[in-house]
Amino acid sequence: MNVIEARSLGKHYGSTWALRECSLAIPAGHVAALVGPNGSGKTTLLSLAAGLAVPSVVGVTVLGGRPPGSPVALDGIAFVAQDTPLYKNLSVVDMLHLTRNLNRRFDQASAQARLAELGIPLKRKAGKLSGGQQAQLALTLALARRPRLLVLDEPMAMLDPLARHDFMATVMAAMADDGVSVVLSSHVLAELERVADYLVLLSRGRVQVAGEVEDLLAGHRLLTGPAGEAERYSERLSVVHASRGGTQAHLLVRQNGTDGLVPPGWEAHPVGLEELTLAYLREPGAAALPGPARGRDAEHSEVTT
Amino acid sequence: MTIGQGDSEQVGFQVSPIEFRLDPASGVPTYLQLVHQVEHALRLGYLKPGDQLPKVRDVVASLAINPNTVSKAYRELETKGLIVGRPGQGTFILATLSQVALPELTGLRRSLRGWLAKADTAGLDESGIAALVASELRDFYERLGGSSTRSGAAEDETEGVA
Repeated sequence: MNVIEARSLGKHYGSTWALRECSLAIPAGHVAALVGPNGSGKTTLLSLAAGLAVPSVVGVTVLGGRPPGSPVALDGIAFVAQDTPLYKNLSVVDMLHLTRNLNRRFDQASAQARLAELGIPLKRKAGKLSGGQQAQLALTLALARRPRLLVLDEPMAMLDPLARHDFMATVMAAMADDGVSVVLSSHVLAELERVADYLVLLSRGRVQVAGEVEDLLAGHRLLTGPAGEAERYSERLSVVHASRGGTQAHLLVRQNGTDGLVPPGWEAHPVGLEELTLAYLREPGAAALPGPARGRDAEHSEVTT
Repeated sequence: MTIGQGDSEQVGFQVSPIEFRLDPASGVPTYLQLVHQVEHALRLGYLKPGDQLPKVRDVVASLAINPNTVSKAYRELETKGLIVGRPGQGTFILATLSQVALPELTGLRRSLRGWLAKADTAGLDESGIAALVASELRDFYERLGGSSTRSGAAEDETEGVA
């Protein structure tokens, strides 16, 4: 099952395309990281999947083919937006009450136990909680709905390191307990390295890279060798990003299975998720990688501006 | 089952003999770090057959890592014949990696210390010694047939423990 599947999905605000010809398929059971520069369409994609926005060019389903916003999709997806959406003037207990009554399914007992464990006072107004506590409260409310997919938009942007760790630990524990799938957008690449096992890289409203992290890392190498030869090999190898000094050059290359692509005299090193992501972010034009078979960017439909 | 009761759950349970940690700067994939830590603990006797490894959920909650990563590490250890997962109970140590008895180990350690002192007197520094040992170790096992040496790892991969 794919938790989010898009095919030639498009969304524009006025004459500006936020998302264009976007095709991807994020399988269930993963922590999928959505990465890309500001304005690349991350929030738009997440909003469309959550049913909070209406696409301009239709083409997205969730939870195995359901239309976003349908009853099953609404019940099955919990979305925590960028700025930890809470009613700041409501107390924690009122937020619980409100969320319980606005949803068909709500695990009050687990939510209360979780808040007690976190030491979040029920009487306090949500706006008076620390940033970390507000994020944890929003997360607790989302998880108490027992979603099959948890969507987090920049969940950790405002949190200190310890709060980030605790927040992510809660998300990961929910995944271990209930098998909830997670899709999250983030700028903090180093943190994604620990949690993400699926990567979607957006660039200018399109999917640049998509795939399982393990496959992506296995499919890329950093080659180091004499700068003078770099030009020659750049033509033969699929170079994502090249950096060059006077005598030495580094080429981050994509390779297809075989290891025999290392030119004589060059060294090949494995790459990490952060390095790989940065290389693609620096080269928005670098070719997109195929994701899973379904929903990939196979056919290009014309979209008129 | 409620979310995030990792600490209170341990009441009435045997506490796991080891606790995992992560070194984000090491460049070693997370699942391999977990595998290495179990193997290391087995070699040094922190873990012995019958011991229970931390539950996937508890590792996840304490390290904030993907549950799939922990499962992958446990699968790898299971493939190596070192652990066994018992549904509903947990994951248990099956075999040990400490191949020699303690007195013998002490003797080996002593002779190694003597050699280290010699190397130090000869002027080798720590990284020089490490490089020499790693290179000699590799040569040794390559000459032996190289059946079980892994690429570049200075660490010996023991086999036939199960």
